[in-house]
Amino acid sequence: MTSQPAAMAQILSLALTAFIMMLAAISFPFLSLDAGGLHNATSVIDAILAFNDGYAFPLAIAVAFFIVVIPLVRLGALIYALGPLVREQKPRQGARKAFGLAERLRPWSMAEIFIVGVTVALIKVAGLAAVTIGPAFWAFAGVVVITVLKDQLICRYSIWEALDQSTD
Amino acid sequence: MGSSGPINGLISARDAGLVACQRCGQVHPLQTRYCTRCDGPLQSRDTESLQKVWAWLIAGMIAYIPANIYPMLLTSTLVERSESTIIGGVIELFDHGSWGIATIVFAASVLIPVGKFIAIMYLAISVQRQSAANRHERHKAYEVVEFIGRWSMIDVFVVAILSALVQLDTIATVNPGIAAVSFALSVIFTMLSAQAFDSRLIWDADRMQQ
Repeated sequence: MTSQPAAMAQILSLALTAFIMMLAAISFPFLSLDAGGLHNATSVIDAILAFNDGYAFPLAIAVAFFIVVIPLVRLGALIYALGPLVREQKPRQGARKAFGLAERLRPWSMAEIFIVGVTVALIKVAGLAAVTIGPAFWAFAGVVVITVLKDQLICRYSIWEALDQSTD
Repeated sequence: MGSSGPINGLISARDAGLVACQRCGQVHPLQTRYCTRCDGPLQSRDTESLQKVWAWLIAGMIAYIPANIYPMLLTSTLVERSESTIIGGVIELFDHGSWGIATIVFAASVLIPVGKFIAIMYLAISVQRQSAANRHERHKAYEVVEFIGRWSMIDVFVVAILSALVQLDTIATVNPGIAAVSFALSVIFTMLSAQAFDSRLIWDADRMQQ
């Protein structure tokens, strides 16, 4: 068992790392494809915009939320709520709301499912063309691994208690 | 821990005149409307739970039908244009010899959604009938359903990546089909259905029998 303040510091640093890696994952090239002299590079944003034609547009928005927006909001809310606790200061205003939001969004954050989807897609394409994996792929995979570690460290009831005690 | 008979000597928060916050675990007197800790709405039992469960579940099942009939992927290459449905995609993977991946896709797109429909129906019907059988198993089934449902989204993400990646003008292009939209809707609806289920109702049935 890690002691509580130490665990919180670890959670905060993992959340910060994941947040920055997620920003890297959406800015760098994700995958690129070469076949017959033609080349096509894809970023995570391009994958979201794949549903950009007409009837599927709402799905593009939903996918954007599932794989980028919601994971970022969860991490941001967690950093906001836990930051002062680690420094043993009074929680920020709305810290409890922020943590509540992060908890409620949890089932809708699908970064890890996206990575499995990418793996399946890679295997489907592998036979047909040469696929190059870009830095954003590794950044995204990093986000997933770090998020799993972070979620394992979090004891939500201890955090609720810590947020509760220090606002009184 | 893990007892299967009637739980003697243990009382629920409701029996003690308390209501626990589903979000943060804080307990309050029964009449409290909002949690003092996290501002979440408090309800000792969600009386409309089953209505919401059935509504979302039926919506999810309806959306699952076009998801299987219409094409998920539209592929056009130099020589041909083809459309593949969910099952078609799985069969194609089997033919390529990618057994593992085919199994993952089959589980995520067929076994999990259909299993989820059946599991939620079973949970809702057993609560409606106030059945006291298999309480522990039903609680576990609920946990599994809630945890596993989101993994069905794999196929939607596969379509997203493939259609973004395979855009090689004349040689090959892949575009998403309408089934991707209805499949995503089906997954979202059944997730909402599972979230609307108030698992505390499973306890009540067994308490009423005593």
